[in-house]
Amino acid sequence: MNPLDRFKSVWNDPNDYARKRKQQTGRKILGYFCSYAPEELIHAAGLWPFRLLGTKGEIRMADTHLQSYCCSLVRGGLEAALNGSLDFLDGAVFPHTCDSIQRLSDIWRLNAGFAHHFDAVLPVRLDTPSARQYMIDVLNEFRQELADAFGTEISDDAVWQAIGDYNRIREKLSTLYELRSRAPGLFDPSTVHRIMTAAMVMERREFSEQITAFLEGVEPDAAGRSDTGRKRVVLSGGICTHPDIYELLARAGADVVWDDLCTGARYFEGRIAEDGTDPLAALADRYMERTVCPAKHQDITVRGRALVDMVRHQQAGGVIFLLLKFCDPHAFDYPYLKKFLDEAGIPSLLLEIEEQPPPEGQLMTRFETFVDMLA
Amino acid sequence: MAENEKKHDPEKEKRKIQAVSRMKEIMTDYYIEAKGAREKGRKVAWITSGGPVEPLIAMDVIPVYPENHGAMIGASKMGAQLCEQAEEMGYSRDLCSYARADIGDAVAKTGPIGGLPEPDMLVCCNNICGTVLKWYETAARFFNVPLFILDTPFIHREFTDSARKYVLAQIYEYISFLETHCGRKMDYERMEEVGRLSVEATQLWQSVLDTCAHKPAPMTAFDAFFHLALIVTLRGTQVTVDYYRQLLDELNDRIDRGIAMVPNEKYRLLWDNLPVWYRTRWLSDKFAGHDAALVADTYTSAWSGMLPEMNGQSFLEAMSETYTKVYINISIDRMFDIVAGMIQKYDVDGMVMHSNRSCKPYSLGQYDLRQMIMDRLGVPTLIIEADMVDERNFSESQIDTRIDAFMETLKS
Repeated sequence: MNPLDRFKSVWNDPNDYARKRKQQTGRKILGYFCSYAPEELIHAAGLWPFRLLGTKGEIRMADTHLQSYCCSLVRGGLEAALNGSLDFLDGAVFPHTCDSIQRLSDIWRLNAGFAHHFDAVLPVRLDTPSARQYMIDVLNEFRQELADAFGTEISDDAVWQAIGDYNRIREKLSTLYELRSRAPGLFDPSTVHRIMTAAMVMERREFSEQITAFLEGVEPDAAGRSDTGRKRVVLSGGICTHPDIYELLARAGADVVWDDLCTGARYFEGRIAEDGTDPLAALADRYMERTVCPAKHQDITVRGRALVDMVRHQQAGGVIFLLLKFCDPHAFDYPYLKKFLDEAGIPSLLLEIEEQPPPEGQLMTRFETFVDMLA
Repeated sequence: MAENEKKHDPEKEKRKIQAVSRMKEIMTDYYIEAKGAREKGRKVAWITSGGPVEPLIAMDVIPVYPENHGAMIGASKMGAQLCEQAEEMGYSRDLCSYARADIGDAVAKTGPIGGLPEPDMLVCCNNICGTVLKWYETAARFFNVPLFILDTPFIHREFTDSARKYVLAQIYEYISFLETHCGRKMDYERMEEVGRLSVEATQLWQSVLDTCAHKPAPMTAFDAFFHLALIVTLRGTQVTVDYYRQLLDELNDRIDRGIAMVPNEKYRLLWDNLPVWYRTRWLSDKFAGHDAALVADTYTSAWSGMLPEMNGQSFLEAMSETYTKVYINISIDRMFDIVAGMIQKYDVDGMVMHSNRSCKPYSLGQYDLRQMIMDRLGVPTLIIEADMVDERNFSESQIDTRIDAFMETLKS
């Protein structure tokens, strides 16, 4: 199977991939919901971090634990934990994240029945030395808990090694994004999205090999064939699990050239310094410096400025907000982000997503109308 | 005619709590003072309901509570209208209705007091939710004033040493923040005195709530929702201590004279979550009609839960633990322990949970909590779906039917 087919098959059924690969490698798997989950420590412990993205199936069991006003990521994640589709997990780690995921952690711990459960309650503010110190302390505690739970030791050397592995993976993903931005026609519209999903769920050593091979196979575009003639847009929001959005947008006449999603560019944004003395401080510094998730606190206009800069840097014509219904942190930031875009003369479109995006016909009309407005 | 008779019903008059008028006086004075602060050269800080107000009092800053304002908007039945204002500004209808109503009113100024006094600074403690963080960031951008965040890590299992260190470091950062923006140093002796008054008021508030352990209860949770205002807004002042002493005396006197708030109290219920501010009267009458008294609640007791374990520490040191351990900053299993203690203390027959669309940290997890209460304690529990301020999310007929059905089970 060539790398792209491998990524697509992983995207298609991550759980099936995990089950089979676990059987082959014997590697234990730890689930997580948030881009602040310290994957490098999980990787250093010899475990495999697996991003949980909700469920594509029906919600039945989660309804007895969660009200209707809870987002589909939390609801779908719990459903998958309760209905057995995550039976390959050895446990999960919750780095606090938001009001809903904080309660999901409790409900998960009390009901899901996995062997291990970790709460690494990271700071919410990421703008002070005391918060940085607290983050380092929490990372240290998590390292110890992981080591105790799995009967292993996680040495500084092992963490440095993991940091190196992750830096290499993040560089590759960054290259992938740069390639798409330069020549969107190099890939099918949803290819990068599928690869990003694979990056967060695949056993990392395998992913690293596959992405290297994939990038080596990308033909340089001397003839400029990959210029699609379409307009350029960026996506803004939390997660996106719908490849159709990329395909519909392309049909409507626009390519997604960048994003600030936590399942997108924020996953690889920020290199970890490899020349320090404390690897946990190095991990903490990436989190402190990376553009924040709206559930965290930093400079109160940084997300607005970063979004405008991204649009300009990417020479994009507009922004599509993908807001997960009932995601409070993103919904609170939306009016101010939109205001920043308006003031910079950048058009934007708000798309609210429940379990599924709006019906295709309706979505297509909205996309076409929006794309027509773009420069 | 019938209504006229009702008004002069001597039985009802007898049951009214006299201290109410004093409370209204204090709150009116307080808002007049806050509204006139600027002319008198005093600073105003907006602060979250679970935030440490004591350093503000010690620095002579007037604390203003957008959440208390949200409750007023709800009680004045202006919630939907102000929420819609915020929705027009792009805030999703799914967001907290306190935040929406308050953001709407900051622009429209059409609420019950014509807009809150504008802040000179903002103090946000996230021990109650992540929503206040976002709400206060919005306010900081809107008013262009400095914002201090006190980050109190959620307690899933225990309050760790690293969390203690982190919160304590922030308490001192908070004081530096106030010193910078007030242009003067903190008087630490005054701070300890304010702390002492705060602890005294908190103890008195606990005693006030404890009077409901008596059968029949001299007041109900609906009264506690009203009398709560001072322990939230003005902890650490003498006027608050005096007020709760007066209220406690009156409640003890009612116990001595056998005056119950619900005339034929037969069923004792525990309320969970924030009040449905625009329907407190309706709910109160509804339950009283079934001879049921809401004798306790997890909401107003959250402030008496703030009683610090001093253990020889200074007030500031004790604060870091006190403020981090509040009721909704802890896991469902820790919440269960507290609820189980209340069920026993107040000898409760049933529990009513308000599943509040506006408040995810309070409401998500209620289904599991309910199951634990029913399985382990055998206490019947009703969940009603509503919202604290946005009356568009209240279905009277549905809730009416559910309460009737629940009371029938309790009676059988």
